[in-house]
Amino acid sequence: MTQEPEPGRQLSINLRDDALILSLSGHWTLSSAKPEDQGLSGVIEQLPTSAAVSFKTENLEDWDSVLLTFLTRTIDACSKRGLSVHLDGLPAGVQGLLKLAYAVPARSDAHHEETVPGFLESVGLRALAVWRLTASLLGFIGEATQSVLRLFGGRARFRSVDFWQFVEECGARALPIVTLISLLVGMILAFVGAHQLSMFGAEIYIAGAVGIGMVREMGAMMTGIIMAGRTGAAYAAQIGTMQVNEEVDALRTMGIDPVDFLVLPRVLALVLMMPVLCIYADVMGILGGALVGISTYGISSSEFMGELRKFVHFNDIAVGIFKCSVFGVLVALAGCLRGMECGRSSAAVGLATTSAVVTAITLIVASDAVMTIITTLLNI
Amino acid sequence: MAEPHIRVAGLTLAYGSFIIQRDLNFTVNRGDVFIIMGGSGCGKSTLLRHMIGLQKPAAGHVYFGEQGLWDVSDGERARLMRRCGVLYQSGALWSSMTLAENIALPLAEYTRLNPAEIRELVSLKLALVGLAGFEDYYPAEISGGMQKRAGLARAMALDPEILFFDEPSAGLDPISAKLLDDLILSLRDSLGSTIVVVTHELASIFAIGNNSVFLDPESRTMIASGDPRKLLAESGDPRVQAFLTRGIAHPDGH
Repeated sequence: MTQEPEPGRQLSINLRDDALILSLSGHWTLSSAKPEDQGLSGVIEQLPTSAAVSFKTENLEDWDSVLLTFLTRTIDACSKRGLSVHLDGLPAGVQGLLKLAYAVPARSDAHHEETVPGFLESVGLRALAVWRLTASLLGFIGEATQSVLRLFGGRARFRSVDFWQFVEECGARALPIVTLISLLVGMILAFVGAHQLSMFGAEIYIAGAVGIGMVREMGAMMTGIIMAGRTGAAYAAQIGTMQVNEEVDALRTMGIDPVDFLVLPRVLALVLMMPVLCIYADVMGILGGALVGISTYGISSSEFMGELRKFVHFNDIAVGIFKCSVFGVLVALAGCLRGMECGRSSAAVGLATTSAVVTAITLIVASDAVMTIITTLLNI
Repeated sequence: MAEPHIRVAGLTLAYGSFIIQRDLNFTVNRGDVFIIMGGSGCGKSTLLRHMIGLQKPAAGHVYFGEQGLWDVSDGERARLMRRCGVLYQSGALWSSMTLAENIALPLAEYTRLNPAEIRELVSLKLALVGLAGFEDYYPAEISGGMQKRAGLARAMALDPEILFFDEPSAGLDPISAKLLDDLILSLRDSLGSTIVVVTHELASIFAIGNNSVFLDPESRTMIASGDPRKLLAESGDPRVQAFLTRGIAHPDGH
């Protein structure tokens, strides 16, 4: 029953009556050629239960974990059939390692069961997840509101240094990216609009299209999304790391409310800066539109300004700023909520950050839809 | 003579339906250095979290004197906790603040001291833990052992009656660990604080502990309590013996 030897590593199977002798020779290492089963499992299946399995390793040159995995596989197969296995033929080191491997029996409850939910189950799980998100967000809004009330009652404490640092971080330092994105969005709006309008020779209306588009919608929306990626993610990561490092626990045991101390200054800073950023984004977007209109479609700057005045009213600006303030609250709350919920590992911080951005952007788009419908219905 | 300070009665610790430890009953006396010991993963730190008001027990009570930590209002619990200081495993210094600001925060929050007085107190606390002159360092700029000592200075900021330590010697070299143990003892002697330490370092257990509770992960409850040296000499439980002798006295069936 000797099998064809393969290069590097050889196994020969000798079956005599009730004794199965496995002779191992050559190099049983990770770098040698991949072993074949050579029908060994079939042979073990057919052995009578009185049989004994032993090993011969005189010609074994070299071994590592490959040999051990082969042996554990063989021993497991044998013990499943109740065969006795004699290890004395193996090198002493191998015997020692096998002893270690079998010293602590595998815990039956230690295996993780991975179940793939069916279609209906996964729909249900998603629905529950949405419900949980809503519940936790509402709860968190409640906590934050209480905290704001405490602030006005003079009982919520945070360090003003922290607050001003957050103001700088989400105000002045966000300007470059807001400038770039708004300018480009304004130019895109102008190009897209002008292409259609030029078919009627109505290029002059670019000013109104860009103005209304930026001021009512895109300025607020782009600022919201930029801040979700920039500041919301940072909030989640900062608070999440503090959670991992037990810093939040330390605040709690000092009797300092982490919502007052960590969440409140962050939310306030962002809510304070969002309207300012929004106005800035509006201006930059209109500037981008004007650049396109003046350079490509031959509109003079005074014409552009005149048209802009005709179309864009204070209402429109106010709606945009209001929307942007709402986005600010949502971004800050989503970031802080995910940070506070963060688990206690570095992987959890990554998840919290991702989740903060996804939550914030979802909330921005959903709330924008609602607000757009309401303002349209009310004719604001 | 021994006056009870913290009493744990029928405490069950659980995450959801998963029970970690049940039926814990023990008393920490005033002035004790009380050790919570047991193998890794037996729920030592979880027990600590219940004793410092971070996690609500599934059943049972933690009494500070006469008041049940979990039977009173949130505000009252915060007041009880103000009498405690906690040194976390990682130090848990607030990383955005300097050491001085870390220690000054609870002082500014709960005392009427002016900034100059606070600054003085902060320097004193840092000097007590051997970190004089490090006031304006950020936690990331000092070593792990120094972070722990700074954490201890913060825990002592309000002169607490009870100090809790979560694995104080984890991650420290033997000499730093020994120094921290000495510091814990001298604090107990000079401040008269009650000290509760979670640890599995045998050297620390015998050096500082005069009372203890032993948590067993298998049976999920406490299997011994008392002076660790007495436990070593007298306990007939093979699991306790194996732990306290680093497994030299082999337990049966383990």
